[in-house]
Amino acid sequence: MSDTHAQTVAFVRETEIPPAPPPGRETGVYKWMRENLFSSIPNSVLTIVALALIYSLLSGTLPWLLNGVWNTSSLQECREVLDGQVGACFSVLTERWNQLLYGFKYPVEEYWRPNLALLLLLIALAPVLFFDLPRKLLAFTAVYPFIAFWLIWGGSILVPIVALLGFVAAGVVFQKYGKGSFAVGFFGGILAAIVVWNVGGFLIPEGASENAMLAAVPSRDLGGFMLNMMLGVTCVSLSVPLGIALALGRQSSMPLIKWICVVFIEFVRGVPLITLLFVASVMLSYFFPPDATVDLFLRVVIMITLFSSAYIAEVIRGGLAALPKGQYEAADSLGLDYPQAMRLIILPQALKISIPGIVNVAVGLFKDTTLVSVISMFDLLGMIRGPILASTEWNGVYWELLGFAAFLFFVVCYGISQYSQWLERRLATDHR
Amino acid sequence: MKNKVFLGALTVAGLAAGAAAAGTLDDVKARGKLNCGVTTGLVGFAAPNANGEWEGFDVAVCRAVAAAVLGDSTAVEFVPTTGKTRFTALASGEIDMLARNTTWTFSRDVDLKFEFVGINYYDGQGFMVPKDLGVSSAKELDGATVCIQTGTTTELNLADFFRSNNISYEPVPIETNAEAQQQYLAGACDVYTTDASGLAATRATFDDPAGHVLLPEIISKEPLGPLVRHGDHEWGDVVRWSLNALIAAEELGVTSANINEMAAGTENPEINRLLGTEGTLGEMLGLSADWAKNAVAAGGNYGEVFAKNIGEDTPIGLARGLNAQWTEGGLLYAPPFR
Repeated sequence: MSDTHAQTVAFVRETEIPPAPPPGRETGVYKWMRENLFSSIPNSVLTIVALALIYSLLSGTLPWLLNGVWNTSSLQECREVLDGQVGACFSVLTERWNQLLYGFKYPVEEYWRPNLALLLLLIALAPVLFFDLPRKLLAFTAVYPFIAFWLIWGGSILVPIVALLGFVAAGVVFQKYGKGSFAVGFFGGILAAIVVWNVGGFLIPEGASENAMLAAVPSRDLGGFMLNMMLGVTCVSLSVPLGIALALGRQSSMPLIKWICVVFIEFVRGVPLITLLFVASVMLSYFFPPDATVDLFLRVVIMITLFSSAYIAEVIRGGLAALPKGQYEAADSLGLDYPQAMRLIILPQALKISIPGIVNVAVGLFKDTTLVSVISMFDLLGMIRGPILASTEWNGVYWELLGFAAFLFFVVCYGISQYSQWLERRLATDHR
Repeated sequence: MKNKVFLGALTVAGLAAGAAAAGTLDDVKARGKLNCGVTTGLVGFAAPNANGEWEGFDVAVCRAVAAAVLGDSTAVEFVPTTGKTRFTALASGEIDMLARNTTWTFSRDVDLKFEFVGINYYDGQGFMVPKDLGVSSAKELDGATVCIQTGTTTELNLADFFRSNNISYEPVPIETNAEAQQQYLAGACDVYTTDASGLAATRATFDDPAGHVLLPEIISKEPLGPLVRHGDHEWGDVVRWSLNALIAAEELGVTSANINEMAAGTENPEINRLLGTEGTLGEMLGLSADWAKNAVAAGGNYGEVFAKNIGEDTPIGLARGLNAQWTEGGLLYAPPFR
């Protein structure tokens, strides 16, 4: 029987075929390209058009970037070096580096001071931004504004110390009396701070700034990207708490507080920032006597802070509105009073919802700091448009300078947005 | 009620400030520094250099006044102003004088209550064309496309000029000088028109400045000069005669090189009066006898300042033209020092 088959079937395979590689058109790059780039005729056309676009973009910019000149002292010299070839004159960045970063009047030998302030800023921000860090670090954050003020503006160290003491006094009074009645503690704290500042103001000797350890630098001498950073950091950190207060005030059941907040928010949102800046720089100098003006930097900080706090208040109000009513009722049924309910139940949830909106406002605010160049403060853009483009050496260099400014702003704004995404992931408590 | 009290206090403070500002000369002397308003940056006229020191044609006027009043040309606090903030800065007393290529017009002088003390640069609207166009006069520009900044007096001047010469043109509206440069170089327009000094400065930044020519026609009057507040004539006189001293020094041949020699006394009585070796001109102004010597020594006479900042040997390369001395066919004419 067994022979039958041996005659009828010519060949019987007794071993498995070794696995062959898949056909060439079904593997690797070829397959990937066919599936992703050339899967149909319209897709193929789009791919080719996109490639042509990328090529023309890169062939335009790469030679310009790579052939850049970094070490000449004027545009004419740079053009001589390039000798008709395509290339960027990046030497404007190297030659005016300090001016771009610090403005043109900050004393050169004092550059370490803003640098140190920036370094300390990172340390002070760390416990605020990353709450896994030990809470004790917040003590440094609390004194940082005074250290930074002293480092950047210099002058007598007594000024920031008195300012700090004023806040400490306010805090002590609030701790002592705030338990009984919030209003007594709050206004008592303000009163205590004012008393300390006034007494301290008398005690600081006349001319203490003149032979201080750090030479005094007036606000007018600040400039460059340093000014953008200072305005951005100060205004964001001031406008978030103010915005929270405004948002809560707008929801308050007390009519006076509610209407003050509503009117403030609606007024500020209805006015362009640039108008507020003009008021800060121009109108106020009509009202005050020439010798007794408020510092220009402070005026600008106040205006930008008011402006962005109104926007942040509306963002946070959105977060508050998104919370179900049950959360408020749950807080009430636990017997929490208003501050406790807000601090422990409502705000943590509302703020989490508002993170994208707040970051949006913060990024916008940071970019809006360039508007101060129209009131003749020399921030990064003001330095470029004013002194650098107006110098005989560098008149006519636009792409390199503005590209550099865009790059600096992009780095910072992209950093902020990455942080906010990390924060959202870190705070995500829903189980998706 | 409280608000009223507050506003009242502000008004009183404002009035007190106004009263205090009446003696600007004394204020400047007491302060030891001149607050001088300049632009935030204009090629050749005012800009800080790589070391942060202000330089330029308008800056030289500030330095001359500081040297005349305080004897030190570096005792100046330069306050950068924009086109929008310059007049309020002066009116509010933030600055003592404004030297910011400001055109002397009727309304600024009369309505805004300022005092133009003189003219340090006679500007006017001109035309720039590429050399290849083969045009040698603005009257040959029939049918040309013209880049023009919108909303400025230059736009109106241009319309007037073409209409009165009965030729046609096509305007290409643009917003800023930077944009104009790009448009003009890209060939979007045949002609670019703005103030002649601005044209020269713009041309200086081109890859190939020799490929472009400025046409000889100047179609408007733009007298630029320093100004002070109305009502403080002592201070106005100081600024006016400091500027006149620079102009007269050029006319009389006094330069920063030979000024020390001349200050020892010369045969020419006018030079002696100017430099304070004869007469009491300085005393009349409330300044020291060598005020004009200091002013000229600060940066040289008018001709030297011109040559150093915007003259033909600089990249900007402006000819003296209307800004030559009256003896050489220009309009500079300093009243006599006696």
